[in-house]
Amino acid sequence: MPPLELPPTTPQDASESDRLAEVHPIDRSNPHPADSYQLLVVGAGPAGLAAAEVAATAGARVALVERHLLGGTCLNTGCLPSKTLIRTSRLYADMRDARRYGAHPPGDLQVDFAAAMARVRRIRGHLGGEDSVRRLSAMGIDVFFGRARFSGADTLTVNDTTLRFGKAIIATGARPHVPAIPGLREAGCLTSANIFNLTELPRRLLVIGGGPLGCELAQAFCRLGARTTIVQDLPLFLPREERDAAQILSDAFARDGIEVRLNTHVVAVRVEHGEKLVDLVSADYHSTVAVDTILTGVGRLANVEGLTLEAAGVDYATGSGIRVDEYLCTSNPRIYAAGDVCVEYRYTDVAVASARIAVQNALFRGRQRLADRVIPWCTYTDPEIAHVGLYVREANQQGIPIKTFTVPMHEVDRAVTDSEDAGFVKIHVREGTDRILGATIVARHAGDMINEITLALMAGIGLRKLAQVIHAYPTQAEAIRQAAHAYHRTRLTPRLRARLHRGLDD
Amino acid sequence: MTLSAADAMSPLLSLPDDVLLDRLQRGAFDYFTHNANTANGLVPDTSRENSPVSIAVVGFALSAYPVAVERGWMSRVDAVQRSLAALRFFRDSDQSGTPTATGFKGFYFHFLDIHSGARVWQSELSMIDTALLIAGVLTAARYFDAATADEVELRELADFLYRRVDWCWSQGGCETIRQGWKPECGFLHYGWEGYSEATLLYALALGSPTHPITGDCYRGWTATYQWENLYDHDHLYAGPLFVHHFSHAWIDFRGIRDSFMREKCSDYFENSRRATLIQREYALRNPHEFAGYGELGWGLSACDGPSDEQAGLTNESRRLFGYAARGVPYGPDDGTLSPSSVLASLPFTPELALQSMRSMLQRYPEMLADDRLSSSLNPSLKDAAGRAWVSAGHYGLDQGIVLMMIENHRNGRIWQLMRGCRYLSDGLRGAGFDGGWLRQAALQGVR
Repeated sequence: MPPLELPPTTPQDASESDRLAEVHPIDRSNPHPADSYQLLVVGAGPAGLAAAEVAATAGARVALVERHLLGGTCLNTGCLPSKTLIRTSRLYADMRDARRYGAHPPGDLQVDFAAAMARVRRIRGHLGGEDSVRRLSAMGIDVFFGRARFSGADTLTVNDTTLRFGKAIIATGARPHVPAIPGLREAGCLTSANIFNLTELPRRLLVIGGGPLGCELAQAFCRLGARTTIVQDLPLFLPREERDAAQILSDAFARDGIEVRLNTHVVAVRVEHGEKLVDLVSADYHSTVAVDTILTGVGRLANVEGLTLEAAGVDYATGSGIRVDEYLCTSNPRIYAAGDVCVEYRYTDVAVASARIAVQNALFRGRQRLADRVIPWCTYTDPEIAHVGLYVREANQQGIPIKTFTVPMHEVDRAVTDSEDAGFVKIHVREGTDRILGATIVARHAGDMINEITLALMAGIGLRKLAQVIHAYPTQAEAIRQAAHAYHRTRLTPRLRARLHRGLDD
Repeated sequence: MTLSAADAMSPLLSLPDDVLLDRLQRGAFDYFTHNANTANGLVPDTSRENSPVSIAVVGFALSAYPVAVERGWMSRVDAVQRSLAALRFFRDSDQSGTPTATGFKGFYFHFLDIHSGARVWQSELSMIDTALLIAGVLTAARYFDAATADEVELRELADFLYRRVDWCWSQGGCETIRQGWKPECGFLHYGWEGYSEATLLYALALGSPTHPITGDCYRGWTATYQWENLYDHDHLYAGPLFVHHFSHAWIDFRGIRDSFMREKCSDYFENSRRATLIQREYALRNPHEFAGYGELGWGLSACDGPSDEQAGLTNESRRLFGYAARGVPYGPDDGTLSPSSVLASLPFTPELALQSMRSMLQRYPEMLADDRLSSSLNPSLKDAAGRAWVSAGHYGLDQGIVLMMIENHRNGRIWQLMRGCRYLSDGLRGAGFDGGWLRQAALQGVR
């Protein structure tokens, strides 16, 4: 059944024209195919682009097939537009909070939503240049636009053209999942795929889902002036993260004025007198919220439909995607997969990392495993919530003795000077050692800060060594040094202290 | 000429520590006698008009009566009658689990009507609050050990009520105990993770001869613990101070350890001491620059508080959180302090707790009325006369924990009494606790 309300389409302005010229030029014809490609990549999102570029740089003959736009979710409807919009929303939040910084809030603070969205499109268009057909062609990559269907174990057709390949990598990504809630489809809802096409701010917005996407956009739209309600069916936001991180986020939402509904299910949606009535149930409490726009952010489904994977002998499951072994090889030894279509962690950085591994294993007989990589992730709320490595509960379940060194951000000079002292750095080590097992950072710039811990994990650097690393002062990343120093102080046993004291006397 | 609040406080603060504590303990105790319904032994949640009964407050009341008898504030006969009234009420209460019943499966709804005992506010069947009630029931049974007909009946009732609780059912088929249940929707999932006040609940649930949970259940819970180094103190983290107090009102955790604490070379008593020191450290840092915080001004815990919530309005920015579990170091922190949590820290950090209480009473005499501490104060919110915002009336939980922790500080009476409670010691052993008095109790064969 079609939705009553069609989702907004992208405004056709100069930015959009520029973007399309880069990522899907309309007047372009597909190239004449080579007899056979050493690597054929299906899907030109972050994983597909990375795979094609790595292989081409290594001298392989590469074809890249894209159904829609180069750049995939990240560029067009994911990380980049959302972070662009979040930055504007943060600016408005800071302006309202100007007194905290000893400044006057602007007297008549009007949100120019259309301008904010125009900026999103402009920056998206600008960044689209990095993923342009022109640049890829210059690298020697044959770029094909059209629907891809496998026609055999080593062939694929794009529109009516057959491409032969030695090896292939499927990187078709994933799309937003719209939950099966009675009335939701009829009433119409937005997803991350089309919310960045809005040109008018919804007066009242309901966000279904308290995962990273739901949390980020709920806060952004609230700060841009939408009366926002967020509904999460679990007791806390970001269920994977630790309790304190999720709790700090709940408090931040309360301060922003987001109507928070935890432990709450959306059971039905109706349209009456032009507004959407959303029925909610929390335990035994029933309520209805009237809104103008609904955004769903409850996970993503792998894009496997239409590829006729059966013809290539590639196993997959609807929803979770293509089945791969630890080396990212599918059930067809010629075909590998990378990115959201096959990995558990659907992040751009993971997609790119998995693509590089897939290329190594497919073309160069590599035996690299994604499981050996250290994967950080970050939710770009304010404050941001970033994590890498083990969680405490995982360590406990695995019987690994674990200890956490915690530095609240109010202990960090630069966080205090910037009035950004909500949050913490928690570094988990194996009890009795300085070996880092994982970390969670909640801070305004946690995403930047987590990289230091990721490096330490990859390089096997412990807290002892980190304590010796001079950090630029004052920076918020100093919190990591402070945690390392806290570890160092625990090593000062009374006996050691006495020896040090004697040394002083000498 | 009328005395100012500060002037009125001067004589109190000039008292020696022991006398001051006696006054505060007596003031706390009077909450129960002034507010209880003697007909059914039920005690309201707060002293405010039309307050319902909190079953946890009844548990504190049942634990308070033995203390009052020992201190000469109440006759043994009176204490037995009050206790018996409550126990008989719970024995005879409606256990059908219907929306207006009193309980189900031996558990009780959190809030009850003070006259009929029926469930009110559509409250949940509360596992933790039932545990606090049952702890009080068992305290009464331990103390009233005479061979009189009333005291024999009291002990039999206590045994009946404890054995009736179906702790195993409260797991709801899951690894850990659920936090609540409602007839309208079944088990509730609040997603509690990490250390909390539930050690007492798990110990009682493990010690049951009739419907015990398994030791795996306790280990499933402790698998969510976080051992953290914060402000240079290693401790098992929980933000609100009451978490570090409530189980300790009944259980003497000195020298006994479960596998978690054995691994960390600590115990839960020492952990509560460090939690107090961390509170002080936080208040010294006072990141949000609230008034009244400092070395002698701390106590972030679950308590009442000022609210900026406006009825009927949604999407309003919140700065004040009303009744909330405030904690350190991550908050929520809106400048509200719980004085009872300071006094309840006496057993762990006696000097710091007493000095802080004296300092806070000196600075904010308005937080004490009838020798009873208010639920909370917020010195950042002052009235025209310069007085701190103070929570109206009194909360039973605050009075209960103050009374019991002063007693434990003074002579360890409740701890001593409950060391002899076989159900509790069996439960602690089932959770893997060992050492100290628990080993001695095993050798001596407590009843």
